[in-house]
Amino acid sequence: MSTATPPTGQPVNRIGLLKADYDGSKTTLCPGCGHNAITGGIIQAAWESGLEPHRVAKLSGIGCSSKTPAYFLGHSHGFNAVHGRMPSIATGVHAANRTLLLIGVSGDGDTASIGLGQFCHLVRRNVPVVYIIENNGVYGLTKGQFSATADVGSTMKGGKANQLMPVDLCALAIELGCGFVARSFSGDQKQLRPLLKAAFAHPGTAVIDVVSPCVTFADHEGSTKSYAAVKEHDAPLHDIDYVPYYEDITVEYAPGTTREVTMPDGSHVILKKLADDYDPTDDHKALATLREARQDLKLVTGLVYVNTATHRFDDEMQTVDEGLSTLPLDRVRPPKSVLDAIMASYREGSAPVGAGGG
Amino acid sequence: MKPVVNDFSIHVATVNGSGSQTANSVLLRAIFQMGIPVSGKNLFPSNIAGLPTWFTIRASRDGWVARRAHHEILVVMNPETAAADVAELAPGSMVVVNDTIKFPDLPEDRVVYRVPMTKLMESVTTDVKLRRLVVNMIYVGVLAELLGIETAEVDRALQAQLGRKPKALALNQAAVLAGMAYVREHLPKRDPYRVERMNLTAGKILIDGNTAGALGCMLAGVTVVSWYPITPSSSLVESLIGFLQRHRRDPATGKATFAVIQAEDEIAAIGMVLGAGWAGARAMTSTSGPGISLMAEFAGYGYYTEIPGVIWDIQRVGPSTGLPTRTAQADLSFVYGLSHGDTQFPVLLPGSVAECYEFAQHAFDVAERLQMPVFVLSDLDLGMNNWMSDAFPYPDKPWDRGKVLDDAALAKVAKFERYRDVDGDGIPYRTLPGTKDWKGTYFTRGSGHDEAARYTEDPHAYVRNMDRLRRKLDTARELVPHPELVAQGGEVGLIAYGSSHWAMLEARAELAATGLETSYLRVRALPLHASVHEFVRQHERVYVIEQNRDGQLADRIRLEVPECAARVKSVLHYDGLPLDASSVTTGVLAHESVTQGAAR
Repeated sequence: MSTATPPTGQPVNRIGLLKADYDGSKTTLCPGCGHNAITGGIIQAAWESGLEPHRVAKLSGIGCSSKTPAYFLGHSHGFNAVHGRMPSIATGVHAANRTLLLIGVSGDGDTASIGLGQFCHLVRRNVPVVYIIENNGVYGLTKGQFSATADVGSTMKGGKANQLMPVDLCALAIELGCGFVARSFSGDQKQLRPLLKAAFAHPGTAVIDVVSPCVTFADHEGSTKSYAAVKEHDAPLHDIDYVPYYEDITVEYAPGTTREVTMPDGSHVILKKLADDYDPTDDHKALATLREARQDLKLVTGLVYVNTATHRFDDEMQTVDEGLSTLPLDRVRPPKSVLDAIMASYREGSAPVGAGGG
Repeated sequence: MKPVVNDFSIHVATVNGSGSQTANSVLLRAIFQMGIPVSGKNLFPSNIAGLPTWFTIRASRDGWVARRAHHEILVVMNPETAAADVAELAPGSMVVVNDTIKFPDLPEDRVVYRVPMTKLMESVTTDVKLRRLVVNMIYVGVLAELLGIETAEVDRALQAQLGRKPKALALNQAAVLAGMAYVREHLPKRDPYRVERMNLTAGKILIDGNTAGALGCMLAGVTVVSWYPITPSSSLVESLIGFLQRHRRDPATGKATFAVIQAEDEIAAIGMVLGAGWAGARAMTSTSGPGISLMAEFAGYGYYTEIPGVIWDIQRVGPSTGLPTRTAQADLSFVYGLSHGDTQFPVLLPGSVAECYEFAQHAFDVAERLQMPVFVLSDLDLGMNNWMSDAFPYPDKPWDRGKVLDDAALAKVAKFERYRDVDGDGIPYRTLPGTKDWKGTYFTRGSGHDEAARYTEDPHAYVRNMDRLRRKLDTARELVPHPELVAQGGEVGLIAYGSSHWAMLEARAELAATGLETSYLRVRALPLHASVHEFVRQHERVYVIEQNRDGQLADRIRLEVPECAARVKSVLHYDGLPLDASSVTTGVLAHESVTQGAAR
């Protein structure tokens, strides 16, 4: 992290901003909510990455998680959309201005139930969005109903066990061609921060599914997403370091102990091997790992799958480099000669007549 | 036999997917090129191939272009519907039929021309598949010869459509000539119908409303388009894609100055519009009733958070799937107040292809000025049928991007509050993401918010905000297209909107012929302008003509002019077919006879 310490004693990042410049308003979530830790992680990662706040747009749907964009990056425009529909908003924002960095925050109800369709199509299109799912397996804001990511056998506060298969959003994202799929835990900031920073550098949809215990409705014994359960079952795939393109790699890693992923902007994700040598560029292996983890009741965390060479949304759109919303009239209104020629074709009948069937 | 000149409808009964479209277009254009006013209406099934389709060409020396309830000339190409098609014919009408098709004998006052079309095609080409596609050109030739449509104009119309495909052109020309020759040799004329050259179409174009709307959108500078395919709206976006691909590429780089995204559904389509509108793009979508239903939640979001966007509704018959390929004006009430909560939207009601073009541009100006989703209600008749029009004028003014504060503007103000009514017109200022000055940052939310866009559940703040939104609609009343007072001073007042206009013009003439002079006001937008209220007050009897079952506009008028509610009567047409003048005339006269009876 390249920070300088000005005379005031408070460190600033590479664009001269204080960490406090990335704060938002005060959280209104329950004390101890996992989401607050993720908010803290986003603030830290954005500051360390030196994101320009005005170039960021924060987007969310509805639910506890979707409230959080108000709590970070207070100098970025924010958009708290309707339930489950943040992906379409993100797609529109990006289409309008491709120069913005989009940070989307959603929950498991927002993404895996009401918004499952939009999530799938966002990933299919590979719209560049850092899509953070704050996943606690319950509907918090409506007081504790199961969500579609609740594990089989996980219980509600009253004791009722979930019988339905959970939607694994990471596996789904991989199936749909997502080029950046990570899973993490709100209590593991050391892992979450480098993942966020790498996601900021990814040119397509980056999905980070962060298990984030709900202290009020899902932190009891029997819940598979309680703090205690997650700590017990957390199985990191690797330790992660992130070295941005504007810094040199200064740490020396012992040969054969790391895997390195280079992001398109030249940044490096360094994955330090643990017990197994996990290859995050193998989508078959990634899907198998997620499946085995579910069977073994383990929570695998880390960079599950990465492929920065997936097709790019903007290449498909073939849009000009600047934001479409910034184009002046003379670049989006063809001259009179164009209209005249079109009118002539409808006068002469050389234009197609009648759009109907038949 | 007294000749009937330039005043008839040709009804072609065929099968969809059979390639009749080129033949019908050539007929339509050839008559149009002879200076005779025409219109072309396609009545098609919700199907790709094999079901009955009808195309009606109306020629009218008086310039009437609405559908007529009856037609004088029938072309029978579909054996499945032949019996039913001929049964509708009135005395004096004529039939051209492929002689392989059988139907019961008709009374002698119907003239039947049997033409061995299949046989004639054998001399035109040896290719069996082509014979089937080009056989329609035989009836073009037959009608041209019988009616006196100039060969040169038929040929010109063919050239215009097929000029780039010389082989197809030659084949079609041969079929036309075969039809003409057969008439000359075998079919003496026994009907009174004929065309004579006029000079009423010079400089005019023939175009459908969806294409016209698409052109308007392109010239409005639309940059983001999202859509989900649906009849009868798809052709608007498909035309737009064609125009954008050809005319909206950066000259230096060849890159697109637009993005068109086919969404996964209409919820996503309007979501993309709002996302793009929020980020400062001119964004639009186009749909029909079922799509509108899905958009309700986001529409309310756009209203409450104040994001511009343009949404076209090419109306079809509902509810539910309804009659997907038939026309209606039944979405007016639903769209006007789309979404839960207190909402209301500007709704533009184009009545012609020229207005589809004009309102396409105006809708963006209104949306960005008011910071609201704006709806444009067209319908299948206007959107997908062929209408004559004067050529569209190039826009004579720049766009109105509304109250957007950029960095330079922000530098000049002490404070920015997203939802503060600074100017007293209810319209606040907005900033776009990407604006550098931190002063301009705000958080958009569909939950309760105060002037500074902060979350609040404070009852006073809620009421202040809702009252301001109400004021915006007052501003909208003046901003949207005002009604057109087509005629005044009549004994009764007529009010209509949208595609009904053309039948209205003709019905007024019919009513005048019965001795009933009518005033006529054409509504062009909601919210209703004060002149609509005034028009109602000026007439003792007011008939609101619309294409829905419940009299949706009439209801709205009664609400807004309660002291005159009893004098507002409905004349309604909702069978899915385009409105015809006789329905209006009959409906009005029926009310009048009741009124007159009561008076006696």
